[in-house]
Amino acid sequence: MSAPNGKAHWSLYLYCGFLLVPLYWLVSMAGKPNRDILGGLELVPSNPTLANFAEIVTNPAWYGAFINSLTYVCLNAALSIAVALPAAYAFSRYRFLGDKQLFFWLLTNRMAPPAVFLLPFFQLYSAVGLFDTPLAVALAHCLFTVPLAVWILEGFVSAVPKELDEMAAIDGHSFAFFFFRIFIPVIRGGIGVTLFFCFMFSWVELLIARTLTASEAKPIVVAMTRTVSASGLDWGVLAAAGVLTILPGLAVVWFVRRHLVKGFAMGRV
Amino acid sequence: MRRANNKAWLAVAPVVLVVAFTAIAPLMTVVNYSVQDIFDVQTRLFVGLDWYRETLRDPRFLDALARQLGFSALVLALELPLGIWIARCMPLQGRMTVVFLIILAVPLLIPWNVVGVIWQIFARPDIGLLGAAVTALGLSYNYTSSAFDAWVTLVLMDLWHWTSLVALLCFAGFAAIPPAYYQAAELDGASRWQVFRHVELPHLKSVLTIAVLLRLMDSLMIYTEPFVLTGGGPGASTTFLSQYLTSMAVGQFDLGPAAAFSVLYFLLILLLCWLFHTTVMKRGDEAA
Repeated sequence: MSAPNGKAHWSLYLYCGFLLVPLYWLVSMAGKPNRDILGGLELVPSNPTLANFAEIVTNPAWYGAFINSLTYVCLNAALSIAVALPAAYAFSRYRFLGDKQLFFWLLTNRMAPPAVFLLPFFQLYSAVGLFDTPLAVALAHCLFTVPLAVWILEGFVSAVPKELDEMAAIDGHSFAFFFFRIFIPVIRGGIGVTLFFCFMFSWVELLIARTLTASEAKPIVVAMTRTVSASGLDWGVLAAAGVLTILPGLAVVWFVRRHLVKGFAMGRV
Repeated sequence: MRRANNKAWLAVAPVVLVVAFTAIAPLMTVVNYSVQDIFDVQTRLFVGLDWYRETLRDPRFLDALARQLGFSALVLALELPLGIWIARCMPLQGRMTVVFLIILAVPLLIPWNVVGVIWQIFARPDIGLLGAAVTALGLSYNYTSSAFDAWVTLVLMDLWHWTSLVALLCFAGFAAIPPAYYQAAELDGASRWQVFRHVELPHLKSVLTIAVLLRLMDSLMIYTEPFVLTGGGPGASTTFLSQYLTSMAVGQFDLGPAAAFSVLYFLLILLLCWLFHTTVMKRGDEAA
């Protein structure tokens, strides 16, 4: 018996198959005309077509929804990192009044079911005039991305030796110079992983995004719940939209693939 | 040792402000609603704990609660062993590792309603591969009419969606075990099970704690996937807490009862997570 190494167990291939088959089915649906989808079961599309994708990239209702989603996801990630990074640094480097309590209280916000916040969110964001804007969704998603970002970044900041801070002070650098020019480049891997998690939880969320938008800022996940055309459910276009929503996730996971394991190992509760 | 410095509060202030806006203010609003009977903006009546009593006696709430706890217990019981096993099967380095990591991460990055759509078109007996395959085997299968089939499909979908999270966390835990531990276990002639029980499991403790906590809270909050796949049906057989709460808050606009429900719901998740966390930590202290 030794450490797991080189070879992957056959059951791993089996499991990857289990993950990939439903995805393949989605992609093959997206490449078929509706007539073939409802006409009968075929493993490989007999009339492959890109018409479903063409419908999405030419119809402003679809691609506009995509842009709305990407806007609030990016806003949310930027906002989360901007507020979480100084806090993570403070939690890691200093003791202050109520620090432990504050840290755990932040985490409890991760445990609040989004359904609980529906009513007040609607009223709160209507009251401040943000309803139906991407900013409203970005702010609301901070509910779970900010605690998570603080949690992950704190782990990465703590992994940087304190001597780095002290060396910079001895060299006569100001704190601002140290923080932005020395410290942030050192933990850029951690920032990448945090962006991955913020993206992951904001991009996939439906309930809050649906509640805080109406028509102007309608996100893609909401547009997908309304694909009922005159002839019933348009499965092909629905599947094509599904395929397109997977692509940003794939791009993000590709960029952070080297840091992924480290990010998941943030392991401190 | 961390230095004491109360000026660090300045660095934490932005987070507190954001969370105050996104969490405290809404939560206070919910608590406020939960003790009042609201007719319109001007006319409201303080009713104390009446809504809480009513919610706790509501049979539909209790049914949804029972289904919710059953569902969470079931998916946790399946996803944890499966996730650990998958992680154990992963090669620790090499080109294939990155490929496996990316495949495992894919379900986590798909919007939750798209996960519902994927399983909808995968499991439908008329157009879905799974549905057609099961029907071809001679089993009657239709998740929109049979409660049992709906549950099987939901659990399978949740396994597909979330086992990767457990597996990736555990993989990070396995990767952090120094090889010397395995060599020592080999010298002692430890069996495969003993290695797992006494070498690997203790090293996985912190990642497993996170995995259980995340899965526990997320499975208790599940809304989108069953909403898309089954819409809570057939009947109410897959209506979980979030689904019932949403129909109460948005569908019927019952502010008071929905708010009392919300508070109870949040407290339930906090309580379960706290119970689990303190039990694990206490056990750890005794063992140490």
